[in-house]
Amino acid sequence: MKHLIDPTDLSVAEIDEIMELALDIIDHKDKYNEVCKHKKLATLFFEPSTRTRLSFEAAMMELGGNVLGFSSADSSSATKGESVGDTVRVVSCYADIIAMRHPKEGAPHFASFVSDVPIINAGDGGHNHPTQTLTDLLTIRREKGRLNNFTIGLCGDLKFGRTVHSLIKALARYEGIKFVLISPKELRVPDYIITEVFEKNNIEYKEVSTMEEVMGELDIIYMTRVQKERFFNEADYVRLKDTYILDRAKLKLAKEDLSILHPLPRVNEIAVEVDDDPRACYFRQALNGKYVRMALIMTLLGVKA
Amino acid sequence: MKIDSIQNGIVLDHITAGKALQVYNDLELNKLDCSIAILQNVKSSKMGKKDILKIDQEYDVNLDVLGYIDPDITVSIIKDGQTIEKKKLALPMKLVNVKKCKNPRCITSVEQGIPHIFKLTDAKNRVYRCIYCEADK
Repeated sequence: MKHLIDPTDLSVAEIDEIMELALDIIDHKDKYNEVCKHKKLATLFFEPSTRTRLSFEAAMMELGGNVLGFSSADSSSATKGESVGDTVRVVSCYADIIAMRHPKEGAPHFASFVSDVPIINAGDGGHNHPTQTLTDLLTIRREKGRLNNFTIGLCGDLKFGRTVHSLIKALARYEGIKFVLISPKELRVPDYIITEVFEKNNIEYKEVSTMEEVMGELDIIYMTRVQKERFFNEADYVRLKDTYILDRAKLKLAKEDLSILHPLPRVNEIAVEVDDDPRACYFRQALNGKYVRMALIMTLLGVKA
Repeated sequence: MKIDSIQNGIVLDHITAGKALQVYNDLELNKLDCSIAILQNVKSSKMGKKDILKIDQEYDVNLDVLGYIDPDITVSIIKDGQTIEKKKLALPMKLVNVKKCKNPRCITSVEQGIPHIFKLTDAKNRVYRCIYCEADK
């Protein structure tokens, strides 16, 4: 039984297969609308989410399956003090596959130890978010036609941004990718990303503190929100939240074929005026999230069209 | 100062000076009902000074804990006054319930009964990471 806890749980070959399947789903939707008939997906969201939960539920529905679960810890037995382990043991009696989000880092990993069905990490604190990574990879693949040989800028909260950590780990396995890390000093990527991903694999990277100095080099810019919920200190959040805002003026410095990605939700780090720019991919990216989750559910359930 | 040899038990030698009490505590030797000698700052030709622990009882020592604290400790098993085995230590690849993750965002900070597991990710710098949150503290 396979789980998806960390983006590197999937080999490059397995990711490529999921990408191919997602592309086939996009082109032949009818072929897949009953492949998960009588299968149940449980969405255990101990932390609120809009996109991720709804895209999982939409994905399962489009595969002809059913969905059960809860959308916040308040509406689960967690309020009665039930442990993650017990909740997952019980739910794995009712569902064929579980998508789980939890504010504590590593909670889905622990869940995978006690579950009888595949666990999908739908985000664990500031740690990992592998299905967002699959979404990002599918978006890059569709926008650029490849998953190698480009320069990607990651901008904003690189310390607590779980989507950033997962994406770096996944992209580090492809050839010819240069990373440009744009963040304030306080929100730089954790040390382990530098030592165990970039340095260990001899991957080219640089850390900068302004967008303007690197905009012209980038093939892709991955914007992130400074997440209020990750700060223990409100003052630090207020000080850092408006550090980077992508607007038309900054886009003038960028390549004509730049791709602008954002895992969403955005607050104000991408000005609304950018939405009409053909380089803005983030709403197409959200749609890709549904297709790639369809492909992932099918893969983990061992279901074929 | 002279400490008698033991007949049946274990000698932990070449402990870095000052670390004997940590070894004593981490191995929970206070739970043993036998004589234990803690020697500190013993002169050593190899180390300058060192600590030694002598446990006067047969005891299944947790080599992972010892290897984590100091992989250069020498473990000698004594039977009938003779050294019958010397065990080599190494940095353990995995630590289970040896230390706790200090990351307040880690699932181990709230989930009862969860095993605290760390994996060796950088042997040169002796870095262990929590398998759940990947923090190294």
